[in-house]
Amino acid sequence: MHTEAAAPPRTLFQKIWDDHKIVEREDLHTLLYVDRHYVYDGSSSRVAFELLAERGLPVRRVDRTFGAADHFVPTLGRTAAEARDAERRFMIEAFDQAVATHGIVGFGLGDPRQGIVHVVGPEQGLTQPGMIVVCGDSHTSTNGALGALAFGIGASEVCHVLATSTIWQRPPREMRITVDGTLGNGVTAKDLILAIIAKIGTAGATGCALEYAGSAVRALSIEGRLTICNMSIEAGARFGHIAPDEKTLGYLAGRPFAPRGADWDAAAAFWRTLPSDSGAVFDREVFIDAAGIAPMVTWGTSPEDASPISGRVPDPADAPDAARRSSIQRALDYMDLVPGTPLTEIAVDRVFIGSCTNGRIEDLREAATFLDGRKVAPSVRAMVSPGSTPVKRQAEAEGLDRTFLRAGFEWRESGCSMCLGVNGDEVAPGERCASTSNRNFVGRQGPGARTHLVSPAMAAAAAVAGHFVDVRQLADRAGARA
Amino acid sequence: MMEAFERLDAIAVPMAVENIDTDQIVPVRFTRRARADGFADSMFHDLRFDKDERALPDFVLNQPEWDGARVIVALRNFGCGSSRECAVYALWDYGFRAAIAPSFGDIFYSNALQNGFLPIVLPEAQIRSLIATLQARPGTHVAVDLAGQTVTGPDGAASVFDIDPFRKTCLLQGVDEIGFTLSQDDRITAFEQKRRAERAWM
Repeated sequence: MHTEAAAPPRTLFQKIWDDHKIVEREDLHTLLYVDRHYVYDGSSSRVAFELLAERGLPVRRVDRTFGAADHFVPTLGRTAAEARDAERRFMIEAFDQAVATHGIVGFGLGDPRQGIVHVVGPEQGLTQPGMIVVCGDSHTSTNGALGALAFGIGASEVCHVLATSTIWQRPPREMRITVDGTLGNGVTAKDLILAIIAKIGTAGATGCALEYAGSAVRALSIEGRLTICNMSIEAGARFGHIAPDEKTLGYLAGRPFAPRGADWDAAAAFWRTLPSDSGAVFDREVFIDAAGIAPMVTWGTSPEDASPISGRVPDPADAPDAARRSSIQRALDYMDLVPGTPLTEIAVDRVFIGSCTNGRIEDLREAATFLDGRKVAPSVRAMVSPGSTPVKRQAEAEGLDRTFLRAGFEWRESGCSMCLGVNGDEVAPGERCASTSNRNFVGRQGPGARTHLVSPAMAAAAAVAGHFVDVRQLADRAGARA
Repeated sequence: MMEAFERLDAIAVPMAVENIDTDQIVPVRFTRRARADGFADSMFHDLRFDKDERALPDFVLNQPEWDGARVIVALRNFGCGSSRECAVYALWDYGFRAAIAPSFGDIFYSNALQNGFLPIVLPEAQIRSLIATLQARPGTHVAVDLAGQTVTGPDGAASVFDIDPFRKTCLLQGVDEIGFTLSQDDRITAFEQKRRAERAWM
């Protein structure tokens, strides 16, 4: 008689996927259970609640659904009445009404837990390893940094999850990005993910789930990992995750919605079984040397248009093919940049620090390091919108607000704010913004706005200089947090 | 409810651009509309119109040859970026029923299928040649047969495309998933009971 063969090695993704299967069809279409569903004051939630009402269906698991007001909220006030206009006020009130009608726990305006939904989920301990987390927003993969399968969905799928607590998915391909070595001084998680996207392209991981691994990823704080996973969609991937480790457990311990007591012990034991087994097979592997990564700046209108700060604006004539040539030319026309210009000579009008990418406390500390005793250049308007109200309170407790204010930054309330400008915090047409957000698309921060994506350190340094600078040359400051 | 998709024989419009993101398809300021408000005017708004709402003559869809186009042909990563489903509503409301590209943003792809809009992936070389033909002969038709999974270009040659069988059935029948999933409720409930027994904290 044969002894039973050992189970084949599985990835983190496969373990969580298998653990959530309810129905698997022959074509591998799988009905997965959803542990956490986040809703917010945006179009996906609005349309989804409308669809739900049309069908006369209830929210199946109110206790697994949580809401946060972030997209349309004002950053100069904390009431819906202070929204930029009646339409925006309507979106905030529609959110309040939807969560009230269904009895969903919602972190609305005025709630001390309010914030950007992808900041709030981890911060409150709602997102936990081994969970499936969905939200009608493409940056939901942020939550994957805690070892969850987290992915963005559209309004129809939001309605499906509200009605059934489940979602249909076909298994994506799996890609692992292994980053070994040590990031240099002044080089942050943001630079790492921009370098990854520049390397594999914005469609590089389309149809894939991304796992980030390697010593440089292990070395990142949880907040750095959240930044990495946040921008997975900018590499084309709906899913991005990092195996849970002792740092993950340390981060979650004691958070409001994290398990406690015997539940914690059982949870922790389970979480430790989740990392990919050695020998688990990925469809594609990418290897990156952390030491080779420099602070990054985008020069174009796609996140893949990113270069080390030591670089220059590219020349379309050097492009490998006609399509790429015309795409670079279009980007440079929109960005009003001349080929060959050193990136450090690009002057900025605006600086935005915040967003679900870089709006957490470590991001604000990192930026403040470059501001102490310095002033924002007279030609620059700079603002901070913390990623959540708890982040704002923490920063104020540490005195970071005074550092920003003394330097000449505006210190705003929390929300998505100028990342996409939908609340009215827009960059004016033709203005150039150094932004810690995630997308430099045409018109993303407002019609005609020109966005350069950078780390909080690079954004702060640009605010002071009035143009991009290599933060590594500000060595006395950069050593504080790399 | 979703409209069934069977076949289509319509003018195809070429957009020889990569990475057409959903912010381009529907600028964010239009996203607060309700579905019933309609999104046709918001589609590619900032590419179609100047700040005074005058049509920009250089934009392909402002040229009369493409009136009535129902298929859009673009380069890689069409619909990348934001998950906003109104990108699909806008294309639909304007009259488009299918898009052909070498790759699509994953969330856009899924949103399209939820709304009876067919995203078709074909090899890049074929798409470049199709775009060249469409540019040379504006107003040319492309035929799409979902049941047979083929796209027939102006040269008469049929290309086979791949589509998930489950999504294909939903599209052909014009049904969405919620009804089917609700019929599986006993299995969902059984999953929850097992989960509660094994992992109370989740």
